[in-house]
Amino acid sequence: MTPVNEAELAEAVAAAKGPLAVRGGGTRPIGRPVVGEPLSVAELSGIELYEPGALTIVVKAGTPLAEIEAALAAENQRLAFEPIDHRGLLGTTGEPTIGGVVAANVSGPRRIQVGAARDHLLGVRFVDGTGTIIKNGGRVMKNVTGYDLVKLMAGSFGTLGVLSEVSLKVLPKTDVIASLRIQGLTDAGAVRAMSQALGSPFEVSGAAHISGEAGQGAITLIRVEGFEASVAYRLAQLTELLVGAEGEITHLTDPAKVRTLWRGVRDVEPLHDHAGDIWRLSVKPSDAPGIVSRMPDGTRVVYDWGGGLIWAATAPGTDLRAEIGPYHGHATLIRASEATRAALPVFQPEPVRLAAISQGLRQKFDPRGILNQGLMG
Amino acid sequence: MQMPTPNAAVLSKKARIVERLQSVLPEDAVIHDPTETRAYECDALTAYKCPPLAAVLPASTEEVAAVLKICHEEGVPVVPRGSGTSLAGGALPTADSVILGVARLNAVLETDYDNRFIRVQTGRTNLSVTGAVEENDFFYAPDPSSQLACAIAGNIGMNSGGAHCLKYGVTTNNLLGVTMVLMDGTVVELGGAHLDAGGLDLLGVVCGSEGQLGVVTEATLRILRKPEGARPVLMGFDSNEVAGACVSDIIKAGVLPVAIEFMDRPCIEASEAFAHAGYPLCEALLIVEVEGSPAEIDEQLGLILQIARNHNPVELRESKSPEESAKIWLGRKSAFGAMGQINDYMCLDGTIPVSSLPLVLRRIGEMSKEYGLDVANVFHAGDGNMHPLILFDANKPGDLERCEALGADILKLCVEVGGCLTGEHGVGIEKRDLMTSQFTAEDIEAQLWVKDVFDPAWLLNPAKVFPLGATESRRAA
Ligand SMILES: Cc1cc2nc3c(=O)[nH]c(=O)nc-3n(C[C@H](O)[C@H](O)[C@H](O)COP(=O)(O)OP(=O)(O)OC[C@H]3O[C@@H](n4cnc5c(N)ncnc54)[C@H](O)[C@@H]3O)c2cc1C
Repeated sequence: MTPVNEAELAEAVAAAKGPLAVRGGGTRPIGRPVVGEPLSVAELSGIELYEPGALTIVVKAGTPLAEIEAALAAENQRLAFEPIDHRGLLGTTGEPTIGGVVAANVSGPRRIQVGAARDHLLGVRFVDGTGTIIKNGGRVMKNVTGYDLVKLMAGSFGTLGVLSEVSLKVLPKTDVIASLRIQGLTDAGAVRAMSQALGSPFEVSGAAHISGEAGQGAITLIRVEGFEASVAYRLAQLTELLVGAEGEITHLTDPAKVRTLWRGVRDVEPLHDHAGDIWRLSVKPSDAPGIVSRMPDGTRVVYDWGGGLIWAATAPGTDLRAEIGPYHGHATLIRASEATRAALPVFQPEPVRLAAISQGLRQKFDPRGILNQGLMG
Repeated sequence: MQMPTPNAAVLSKKARIVERLQSVLPEDAVIHDPTETRAYECDALTAYKCPPLAAVLPASTEEVAAVLKICHEEGVPVVPRGSGTSLAGGALPTADSVILGVARLNAVLETDYDNRFIRVQTGRTNLSVTGAVEENDFFYAPDPSSQLACAIAGNIGMNSGGAHCLKYGVTTNNLLGVTMVLMDGTVVELGGAHLDAGGLDLLGVVCGSEGQLGVVTEATLRILRKPEGARPVLMGFDSNEVAGACVSDIIKAGVLPVAIEFMDRPCIEASEAFAHAGYPLCEALLIVEVEGSPAEIDEQLGLILQIARNHNPVELRESKSPEESAKIWLGRKSAFGAMGQINDYMCLDGTIPVSSLPLVLRRIGEMSKEYGLDVANVFHAGDGNMHPLILFDANKPGDLERCEALGADILKLCVEVGGCLTGEHGVGIEKRDLMTSQFTAEDIEAQLWVKDVFDPAWLLNPAKVFPLGATESRRAA
């Protein structure tokens, strides 16, 4: 089914006789395998309202991300949370849509500075599992009117409702971008250096580490953005702050190269060639090296968010949670065969009471259990 | 303001309820004498008062759990309370309710500079969270004007904001995790020192739920390193329209100030008379503050001043020293106090799209004349969060009602232009009955589902946020 507007979308859901598999651009097939009649929102497309002076944009859920980014760039603005493009990592094709960005709450390296997709989402319109149209939030930056279902919808992977329209906060694009590169740090050394940088007043907008064997070939990257003089100043200050750390520091200032480099971090390029499974862990940064050390030999990792985000490439079928034992945070199996995704929980299992609350919410929003049934476990 | 009829069955077993509460709490933590429960009869929305059945002051998560378990078994409504500075009546009791105050839960549990968070008990005041990390040059970003008094508990309850949220976000953007007790006494952990949810974002919906989903006892908060410096400029304009256009141009130019504050003539005059900050007596005044190193500040302010000059300001004052900065902020910071000196006032909190600023200010001016009540405007212009202050005389019969009617009209106007009823103060009882002007019955029903799941007995702060008619069958069940 391919409804072309919200009313048709509502009708399609109301009339559904069985499970539905909701999709936007189909570039982020994350979650447990879903059976059901395909329901595409790709035809609900277009920018409804864009007010650069109010830093807000309202778009239909199927709008291609590229179209939104182009419209924003024309006004020198952007989606500051830097959504990752999953196509390289997941081997998918097609056009990422804004609905998918929101439903999967995807963010990139700048999440550490400006927040996640959920922090930039101002309002939603969606169709619940009975075909009822519901709105929450709005298109203004401060809004505490009623419960914040906007946050609940972000990252709900279409299991609570089918998004039809979203409004987002946008931010000015920065003039200049530059990066520090430190070579040869161990994972623990890199997390320490990144913590120092992020704990400085120099407004770091990205801190990532591509792990090597005992530091061999390892690269740590720290990004600053802003006005020209300010970027130069902060780069110098950060260098001074970090010279004490082992590892060789270089400045990368060619904007095109720095952008490409960080796009690579955002999209986890170092792991694209990996043939096995991909996991994504969110942890307390200083816990990260210890957690990684408990992963099976041969696991390749990339750290983002100053160490708080770990991308891990493992052998197919590895139950990574079992391997690393108890830890604080959450792990998601981002890429694996259908069989593995059916056998292992894709999303972090919740304690009993919270699982009951999540299940209770799904039951309320989708009483027939037809929306992406079982996707989140 | 209508409140539900107190449950007679609950009122009649007060003695037993008190006795049971005393069995799990120290003696001085259960307040039940009618002369003493008066201390909890209202919050900062002082027009409405009602002493609770009892008030309890637990000192640990376990004690909170024990209290809730008893109230759950006895079917007693519970109203969570931080410092009681809510302007929306969020912490207003009903006669059959137990006030659960978290004031004794005020410890710092953990500070972690490497991972940039602090874990506190939620009775701790907002300002003292920053106080705990200040010596290391860190701070907690959300800064409501009430920060000296208000507690993290209430900040989470209301998803409070502050003057600096244009850059740093509001409470929900700075909250990493909570320990929360559900109405039946179960303790749950949401989030932690890591980022984002691993499943549904339950923390996101708890923040701003006005004490209706659970009692938050501990919170993990993001802390940030202080910027090297900050400096404001003050600009005066001869019309609200021009000031509004200037705000929009600053934002479009790609600078992101930490604060853009707006005051209109009535507000400027009142605060001048009170604080003598030396403000120009013009139609509209902006205070714009930027942060960074001295060179960065110069660069950003240079751009902002250039934009301001394009709008023919009647005054342009750049701070050159900490003393001058303090003077620029003085009048703004005293605005509420100044209003309180001359009048009773009601502070509204609607948000509008910044582009509608001139229109909304003009309409407020017209409505103010129609109702015969003065309105002063002081607000966070960068994010469109208005704070119209309606001046009235509480001793004059009918004035409060007229003030409330004008307030309702102004808030409906905010919704009409694409905004909302409340940007940071919350709905409480104050805007409960206006919810239907912003939401359809279906929109409201979806929110009620969330409460059904977290608090199936509907005992936590049940008479707030939603029109009573919409919740009646649930509260009665
Ligand atoms: C002079 C003045 C200036 C103000 N300025 C601002 C401002 O700039 N920005 C702003 O956002 N607000 C402002 N406020 C409003 C108010 O200070 C905030 O709403 C504040 O967060 C309330 O905190 P509190 O601890 O006093 O909470 P309370 O008033 O005690 O409670 C507020 C709400 O939170 C709930 N709650 C309390 N404790 C808990 C808990 N442990 N668990 C779950 N829910 C709980 C309550 O039930 C209630 O619904 C101002 C108020 C005043 C009087």
